[in-house]
Amino acid sequence: MAIFLTEQSKVIVQGMTGSEGSKHTQRMLDSGTSIVGGVTPKKGGQTVDFEGASVPVFNSVAEAVEATGADVSVVFVPPRFTKGAVVESVDAGVPLIVVITEGVPVKDTAELFAYAQSKGTSRVIGPNCPGLISPGKSNAGIIPADITSAGRVGLVSKSGTLTYQMMYELRDFGFSSAIGIGGDPIIGTTHIDALQAFQDDADTDAIVMIGEIGGDAEERAAAYIKDNITKPVVGYVAGFTAPEGKTMGHAGAIVSGSSGTAEAKKEALEAAGVKVGKTPSETAQLMRQLLER
Amino acid sequence: MVLRRGTPVCQSRSVWIVSAGATGKADDIVDLMEYQAKELFAKHGVPVTLGTVVENAEDASAAAKALGGKVVVKAQVKTGGRGKAGGVKLATDPADAVAKAGEILGMDIKGHTVRRVLLAPAADIAEEYYFSFLVDRANRNYLCIASTEGGVEIEVTAQENPDAVAKVSIDPLVGVDDAKAREIVDATGFGDDIADEAVGLIQKLWTVFIEEDASLVEVNPLVKLGDGHLEALDGKITLDDNADFRHDDHAAFEDKAAADPLEAEAKAKGLNYVKLDGEVGIIGNGAGLVMSTLDVVAYAGEKHGGVKPANFLDIGGGASAEVMANGLHIILGDPQVKSVFVNVFGGITACDAVANGIVNALDLLGDEANKPLVVRLDGNNVVEGRRILDEAAHPLVTMVDTMDGAADRAAELATS
Repeated sequence: MAIFLTEQSKVIVQGMTGSEGSKHTQRMLDSGTSIVGGVTPKKGGQTVDFEGASVPVFNSVAEAVEATGADVSVVFVPPRFTKGAVVESVDAGVPLIVVITEGVPVKDTAELFAYAQSKGTSRVIGPNCPGLISPGKSNAGIIPADITSAGRVGLVSKSGTLTYQMMYELRDFGFSSAIGIGGDPIIGTTHIDALQAFQDDADTDAIVMIGEIGGDAEERAAAYIKDNITKPVVGYVAGFTAPEGKTMGHAGAIVSGSSGTAEAKKEALEAAGVKVGKTPSETAQLMRQLLER
Repeated sequence: MVLRRGTPVCQSRSVWIVSAGATGKADDIVDLMEYQAKELFAKHGVPVTLGTVVENAEDASAAAKALGGKVVVKAQVKTGGRGKAGGVKLATDPADAVAKAGEILGMDIKGHTVRRVLLAPAADIAEEYYFSFLVDRANRNYLCIASTEGGVEIEVTAQENPDAVAKVSIDPLVGVDDAKAREIVDATGFGDDIADEAVGLIQKLWTVFIEEDASLVEVNPLVKLGDGHLEALDGKITLDDNADFRHDDHAAFEDKAAADPLEAEAKAKGLNYVKLDGEVGIIGNGAGLVMSTLDVVAYAGEKHGGVKPANFLDIGGGASAEVMANGLHIILGDPQVKSVFVNVFGGITACDAVANGIVNALDLLGDEANKPLVVRLDGNNVVEGRRILDEAAHPLVTMVDTMDGAADRAAELATS
């Protein structure tokens, strides 16, 4: 087992024929992912030859799903087409949609997420995220597969490069799954969603959670951990020394009720029993102590 | 990723520090000044009085005369709390308008220099309300916040009299139709005399929010005038610049004069740079890792005379010689910088490309490169990357294997 993505996952790539899409399709194939098709409107019927595999292109997600039985879509299409691409995957009943695209308007994300929720059959990860990897099984997105291998730690992070850094710090232990959820104002899968999935995953013994300043997702995750997560969690929050932001309106203060600072997030996590490191290496050290005990 | 700078008070607007996940981007949001917000209100039929914007105090006389003599002079800055800071003043006649404009222009409000004032006719206010639409991160939809207690800080109202603040959730797939607008009016407790007018105005504000791709539309105060009609007496709008591709007209709202010169230069070169107050220049890849690098350098600095990071600079995925040279050029242009820490984890980016980028950038910069560089490389192709730097043996470059160790060395070099 792993979370959301396993060796059985059949992956299609929306935007596979674009430069980013084709580059990362090759990387996903190299890391053992079962890529069963690509979707590019008007290019259906073609085949793209990658090293080690020829991948058919379909005009629509529905056609791709019908022909291949795909259950994961990785989206690399440009921001202005992202909402349409995700809606198409939701309509085709794809259970897991991983949106790598950066720069999607928040209005589009709000709408595509609400649409996915209304159908109730698709999980969206991202946008603006590195995707997720279940090392040795499958890789949906742009997380480098050669940092580490399969193990029993679960990792959830807002940040891409910090995900890689933490996988590297704990490379001798390995990961069940590592998931980058992205840091946009609205994201399809939250820290809480991933924490619960790791809690339920028999192959995960402990969880690393990485947050960043801004918003109150970490505070909400802390409250959730306190009530629902029994596996040990180690945390890291980036941005302790970041300058405070200027503000204009005031409405958000009432919504979140939190200051959004790294210190506030650290305190909330510690109050929930999470050990929080001051740096990535200290955080890894805390996890190390837990696992070696 | 946005590190927004400047304010002494910590407020928790959900959008004020936005992280961007995989690859950071200079500025995901654009705050508008009041007069710009009012232009967008007018465009969508929200009742406002536009008034006149002046940049010189002398011009206030003619403007005030044309507006009827008695005017309110309002500082135009992208921050709240203008009134409290003395940035909003009533002028009794055109001569007084010149005097008040002179007092306000050049004033510093929470780190923002006032370069323009808005002159608006003094309104006959019967009642003041608060109204806003915003992105609700927690519930991943939209939220309307409204109160019949306007004209004061909404945070204060929310604390002291929470029942006076209505919060109504909005489904992005439905928006604010007649029924939702009616629900908001009822929840807020607008009086029967203005209920129908409020339903219409709320839908127009929603049109502003959605059609302009705003992440915040705030009106404080929304007022009932002496004649019984409603008007937006102030306006704050935050735009989502990820949506700029469908709003060619939004580019005009950017306030180039207010930007730090180094930040403006960086932005022109497509770099995500934020100037800070410190001695250790920072270059890294990925918003989260760079933020983390700032922290690690600040901790290391505690052992070395309190040196601090000098900037945030995320070079993103591409670490070509040109990008590296542009980044180093910007950082070395900061006279406060004493050393530079290049912290790269090669995920997609290959460390050999970064190493070549550093070597070639130092060649390109020539004598301009005159501060010690501490480089930490890990990840994709790290062995080759380190070999390239070893071979180049540039006298300014020190390689350190770990992030913490490299931060310590960079901080130490900044003190010597």
